[in-house]
Amino acid sequence: MEPAPEQLKEMYRTMWRIRLFEEEANRQQAFGNVQGSFHMYIGEEAVAVGFCAHLRSDDYIVGTHRSHGHFIAKGGRIERMMAELFGREGGICRGKGGSMHVADFSVGMLGANGIVGGGFGPATGAALASQLRGDDRVTVCFFGDGAMQRGTFHEAINIGAIWNLPVIYVCENNQYQQWIPQRRMTKVTSVRDMAPSYGIPGESVDGQDVLAVSEVASRAIDRARTGGGPTLIECVTYRFHGHSPGDLQEYRDKEEVEYWRTERDPIQLLRTYLIERQQLGEDEDAAIRAAATVEIESAVAFAEASAFPPDEEIVTDVYVDAAAAS
Amino acid sequence: MRTMTFRDALNEAIHEEMARDDRVFLIGEDIATHGGNLAVTKGIPEAFPDRIRETPISEAAIVGIAVGAALAGMRPVAEVMYIDFVTIAMDEVVNQAAKMRYMTGGQASVPMVLRLPCGLARYSAAQHCQALESWFMHVPGLHVVVPSTPRDAKGLFPTAVREPDPVLFLEYKRIYSLEGEVPEAVEPIPLGAADIKREGEDVTVVAVGPMVSKALEAAVLLEDEGIDIEVVDPRSLSPLDVDTLVASARRTGRAIICAEDALMAGCTAEIACAVSERCFTDLAAPVKRLAALDVPVPYSPPLADKVVPSVEQVVQTVKDVMDEG
Ligand SMILES: Cc1ncc(C[n+]2csc(CCOP(=O)(O)OP(=O)(O)O)c2C)c(N)n1
Ligand SMILES: [Mg+2]
Repeated sequence: MEPAPEQLKEMYRTMWRIRLFEEEANRQQAFGNVQGSFHMYIGEEAVAVGFCAHLRSDDYIVGTHRSHGHFIAKGGRIERMMAELFGREGGICRGKGGSMHVADFSVGMLGANGIVGGGFGPATGAALASQLRGDDRVTVCFFGDGAMQRGTFHEAINIGAIWNLPVIYVCENNQYQQWIPQRRMTKVTSVRDMAPSYGIPGESVDGQDVLAVSEVASRAIDRARTGGGPTLIECVTYRFHGHSPGDLQEYRDKEEVEYWRTERDPIQLLRTYLIERQQLGEDEDAAIRAAATVEIESAVAFAEASAFPPDEEIVTDVYVDAAAAS
Repeated sequence: MRTMTFRDALNEAIHEEMARDDRVFLIGEDIATHGGNLAVTKGIPEAFPDRIRETPISEAAIVGIAVGAALAGMRPVAEVMYIDFVTIAMDEVVNQAAKMRYMTGGQASVPMVLRLPCGLARYSAAQHCQALESWFMHVPGLHVVVPSTPRDAKGLFPTAVREPDPVLFLEYKRIYSLEGEVPEAVEPIPLGAADIKREGEDVTVVAVGPMVSKALEAAVLLEDEGIDIEVVDPRSLSPLDVDTLVASARRTGRAIICAEDALMAGCTAEIACAVSERCFTDLAAPVKRLAALDVPVPYSPPLADKVVPSVEQVVQTVKDVMDEG
């Protein structure tokens, strides 16, 4: 079923918020305000947005090392994430996590992860919690094509399948794992083709087309929510930037990057779709971008106004603060 | 004498060992692209195209395959991109590599090197900055090597490759660009041979890995105050050259132990105990330890900068020990 125009526009807006957030974060990284490992999601926005559009705020998602987009799509607090990237006290993890560890538990974003393939177990465990409690939450586990090669992929998905857990495993196949093309590292490039070996449904979808992602997502999420168990889904996508800052990208052709940027940009594809159907006018389009720009500017202002954490913060949060907890 | 970086010295040592012995091969993630994740394996794909294997993101398999190839007569040099990910291959390191010789009554030999970039760098937070040497010191059957200078990297690497038992080669990321003198030909440095990096009269400062250069800087500052420290670098933590450490502590009568791993059950604990047990009555003050705070490494730069001991802390601890006796 095609999403209503308002829902589509909401997806369009969210994709812009992700893109502008990251462009700004990237600028701040060049200024030195953002340090550490930093992986950009630009080009892959339709995946996070297409899935999270069908999630409730009490559903769970588990991210990767490239999770700014997951965080925003799930409704995470954007200014708190910017402050986190700045390493400030007002950061969503009080400056302790940084880009690779953003999490917003208030909206079920259970965390990015510095360990590739580190999310399979926890995502499956969150789904088990829902099953044990008998609630109808679902968990979406995002992972990269490189993570397919971790042992945890096999171990967790097998258990998710035999226990019929409410979890959707979503491979963001951007075709590279750090500097290596995926096809050099596996003979089975689509997780869809692996689904039968776990006895669960598999799908493959154009990850640049948010309508297509949304359709597949809605089906899999409904199935999981109503006791139908896990689905293994491949979203074919592309990262427009290097793996991380300073990546020379000698391992891929400039023409290939150019093709995806110009012909396969998920935001432009949705924009064209909306305009052709007269569901989005120029003024409204401009207003959506302007609003997102303002939101990102105020996120930067929030981050700048927040202080670095005081030294005492180094030793807090290792264990629960007994005084605060009682 | 020529100077070079730690990274280049190690790279040269890898080239030389691969040229010397065609059983040596490299295995790991992204090692044949852009010179490797941390640019240590530059030029190897061109020089030895058949002996460098780039793998999927499969740490357990990388280490397991190295164990198997070693059992079958090869000399693998495996790389796990950051020591933090060795957790994924702990069975292969601890149950397979370490115990094979013993369990088979001496039939098996696992001559492999596991290269493990470690420690703080680039504010990459809790899952990319760990120092885990003490975990492996605790496992009989493993050797743990921590070079602190370009010259030591050049001398310890061939020993690690030629060693018949598994060697964990810890490379502190922050010292990859450290410059130092490296002779054209460096004799292999035996395992378990500590090195006195600076002679001194008043306090023995045992320093591991990146703490060596900090201790040498502290030595200069302390000199101005009339305190003369001896800086001793164990170079390998297992085996540990207790004799050299004890002899130095006896001579100076005071000892502090500095490392960048966490204080709790860290490598400094074993070293401090080994020294205290042997020369308690020869010391003018109790042995002190200086180690990282017992916390995961935070991201926020001003916090991260305070996790591991600084030059100032070395200076202060030396003074404290002097005051005590
Ligand atoms: C267990 C583990 N091994 C290696 C790495 C280093 N690393 C970080 S991201 C990455 C590539 C991941 O590729 P993929 O899963 O396809 O995600 P993408 O970066 O393409 O989004 C690698 C090798 C890591 N963080 N964790
Ligand atoms: Mg990928």
